[in-house]
Amino acid sequence: MKNPIENLNKIFDSRIRMGVMSILIVNEEVSFNDLKKMLDVTDGNLASHMVNLEENGYIKVHKGFIGRKTNTTYSITRAGEKAFKDHIEALENMIKGMK
Amino acid sequence: MFYKVLYMDSQHPPLETLQDIKRMMERSSRFISLSGWSGICAGICALLGAWAAQQRISAYLQVRRNGRTYHGENDYVSESAATLYSDLIIIAGITFITAFISAFVFTWLRSRRNGTPMWDRTVQRLAWNTILPMVIGGLVILRAIELHYFELVAPGCLIFYGLALVNASKYTLGEIRYLGYGQLILGIINLWSGVNGLYFWAAGFGILHILYGAIMWWKYERQR
Repeated sequence: MKNPIENLNKIFDSRIRMGVMSILIVNEEVSFNDLKKMLDVTDGNLASHMVNLEENGYIKVHKGFIGRKTNTTYSITRAGEKAFKDHIEALENMIKGMK
Repeated sequence: MFYKVLYMDSQHPPLETLQDIKRMMERSSRFISLSGWSGICAGICALLGAWAAQQRISAYLQVRRNGRTYHGENDYVSESAATLYSDLIIIAGITFITAFISAFVFTWLRSRRNGTPMWDRTVQRLAWNTILPMVIGGLVILRAIELHYFELVAPGCLIFYGLALVNASKYTLGEIRYLGYGQLILGIINLWSGVNGLYFWAAGFGILHILYGAIMWWKYERQR
């Protein structure tokens, strides 16, 4: 029998990274501040998770300006979308397997 | 079996994780604090407004029928069509404002209780996608009034509002789509029915709103 958890993506173990991916998959572009508010986390905490996701090629960073303030927004990449969908599928299979 | 042990060790069981994912997706893309009470209150305002307009119109018709003798010398002059229109526009304006404020208050209360921000990206998207068809519709109706196509006012309100709701359904509770379909059906029937549009207007803006609000309240807000 195949071990279902081998399909789970280690990167999405973190609740925050999983939350970021859930938000980005249904929204084209989300700013750092909006993510922070929706996930209720601190700047530093969120930033480190975002770097992790970016290094894995799951999200793209866009740096822009609103007036003189920097406005960083994020969007999901193809690879990120696929990885996240595979992760959800693995979770579903685990549930089916438990029944 | 060993993966079951592993799974027990992990902090987040899969079902809970999936529910979390679903909640984050919904919360970040739709405004879900729209209260059923908002619909009920807007519906009541609409019914009161339609009743006031009906009273005003029948008063006008009665004065016309009875002629100047009934109301004394100058009353007939003052009961001209122009004052009727301006009165009806005032009634419509008051109805819209009270309906909007009461709808806003209940949704604001609910969003505070849910702890979701009242003016975030989801609300901005919802507002823009609702207001745009309504403003365009308002302009079309305004022009219809200028051209004295009064039969088009009630169906115009229903149709453009219905389109606005169907459009809005992508950005808030999806069920609002059915309220939109209801308004559209009433509007289309009203286009050809030739019956007093006020009844259709009251059915759409009054009764359908109350019905929708009650169902939404029952489904999402009832304390169980």
